[in-house]
Amino acid sequence: MAIPRFWREIASRYNLIGTKCGSCGKVDFPPRAVCPDCGRKSIGKMQRVKLTGKGTVVTYTVIHDAPAQFELQKPYVMAIIEMEEGVRLTSQVIDTKPEDVKIGMKVQAAFRKLGQEGEAGVIHYGYKFRPAG
Amino acid sequence: MRGVAVIGVGETEFGELWDRSFRDLGIEAGLKAIQDAKLRSEDIDAVYIGNMSAGKFIDQEHVSALVADYSGLADMHLPTVRVEGGGACGAIALLQARLAIASGMYDIVVVGGAEKMTDVGEVQAAEILSSTADQEWESVFGATFAGLYAMMARRHMYEYGTTREHLASVAVKNHKNGALNPDAQFQKEITIDAVLQSPWVAEPLGLFDCAPLSDGAAAVVLCAAEKAHKFTDTPILFRGSGQASDFLALHDRRDLTTMDATVVAGKRAFDEAKLTPKDVQVAEVHDNFTISEILAIEDLRFVEKGKGGPATLDGVTALNGKISVNTSGGLKARGQPVGATGVAQAVEIVHQLRGEAGKRQVVGARRGLTHTLGGTGATAIVHIFERGD
Repeated sequence: MAIPRFWREIASRYNLIGTKCGSCGKVDFPPRAVCPDCGRKSIGKMQRVKLTGKGTVVTYTVIHDAPAQFELQKPYVMAIIEMEEGVRLTSQVIDTKPEDVKIGMKVQAAFRKLGQEGEAGVIHYGYKFRPAG
Repeated sequence: MRGVAVIGVGETEFGELWDRSFRDLGIEAGLKAIQDAKLRSEDIDAVYIGNMSAGKFIDQEHVSALVADYSGLADMHLPTVRVEGGGACGAIALLQARLAIASGMYDIVVVGGAEKMTDVGEVQAAEILSSTADQEWESVFGATFAGLYAMMARRHMYEYGTTREHLASVAVKNHKNGALNPDAQFQKEITIDAVLQSPWVAEPLGLFDCAPLSDGAAAVVLCAAEKAHKFTDTPILFRGSGQASDFLALHDRRDLTTMDATVVAGKRAFDEAKLTPKDVQVAEVHDNFTISEILAIEDLRFVEKGKGGPATLDGVTALNGKISVNTSGGLKARGQPVGATGVAQAVEIVHQLRGEAGKRQVVGARRGLTHTLGGTGATAIVHIFERGD
């Protein structure tokens, strides 16, 4: 993949930048140009917001059959996390044993390496989640 | 809108078919369907192909013209269309062809679906399947296609008490049906224990909770209903079709244990048909994972929400149960050449409604349904068919 593909998502992957609808106040992540609830009313009113990074595990899985670039990490935990702001996202849960992850568990975003494009390619970074202190 | 009927069907065997190419498969299915309909090639007005990812699997795009060409139709200069919609592409191709005939533009359209998945390695094939999920906000973080369905399964267990045995009973039933289907990839029965002991893919899904990678193709011939009797005594009519979409990423959906796209597509199809789920005797639903069939039979209202697991274990969806589901073996046992799926499902329903399904025949089947998913449920499409004699 070309470098710009990772570079242009940096704001959201590094700093959890989403959007808040100026019409209904709903938060989306990643940023959206149109609010799924308000439609046309929201166009031009989507303000950038930074998520707090605090959330709760809604569901999770332990991945054993992994894509090539995640081969060294398996088994690893993927979860859908509901953020304090109400929006949900998909991420890894780290710094804990897979068997200790539970639905309802409180987690906190952390900045981590996500992957690498081959031996000499670009390294890309973003959020993973760890148990909240 | 004109009525539309299926007048011919054909499919290849499904499996790891090392000696067969994409074009071999597409052509075999197409020619079988044309032969079944007793068509002459000059009767055909257009060719529609459902194909998910020939570009990634075999490095070949423009497969609509390719299949028409190698089917001996190049000289006729027919319009050809390739449809993509993740795993739903074959079912969408069927709907588009139905619309083209209903509009009066065409009288007869051949609809094919094909995928050649084993020319790439297993890891690469799994990554290609994942590309129907959200690459930027799911896959890049390590979420696999199986992993996303596993998260639906985990949540279904949490909310409704579904167990791994419930999930396994889907695979056991579909292998039992597949054992009666000479075209199926797996014609061997399995036990609940075998499913439970299969290696993890993404917890709580094991290897036997997952449909395989497959090569294969299927085709049907659609015809304006008013002309169908020229070709067959048992035309199978489209009674209703519904297609729906949803958020691309699983995490954005309203409910992780209900596929709203399936609910809406089903409602649209049943509304058009003026029928209810009780009026259908046989259904082919999208069981790319065991949890998918449980969600499908709930969201199509064949069983109560949350009861899909116990219902399957109790035989409600078994062959000649209350509603026979995936008599072909489904994606799990018949196989899952992605682009072929929606069309192969229609082929099975036609065999059932014609009464020619042999050992897996559903007694008294008069109406049947197909349900096909794209991605993790961002697309769903339902067709309802009825015997038209």
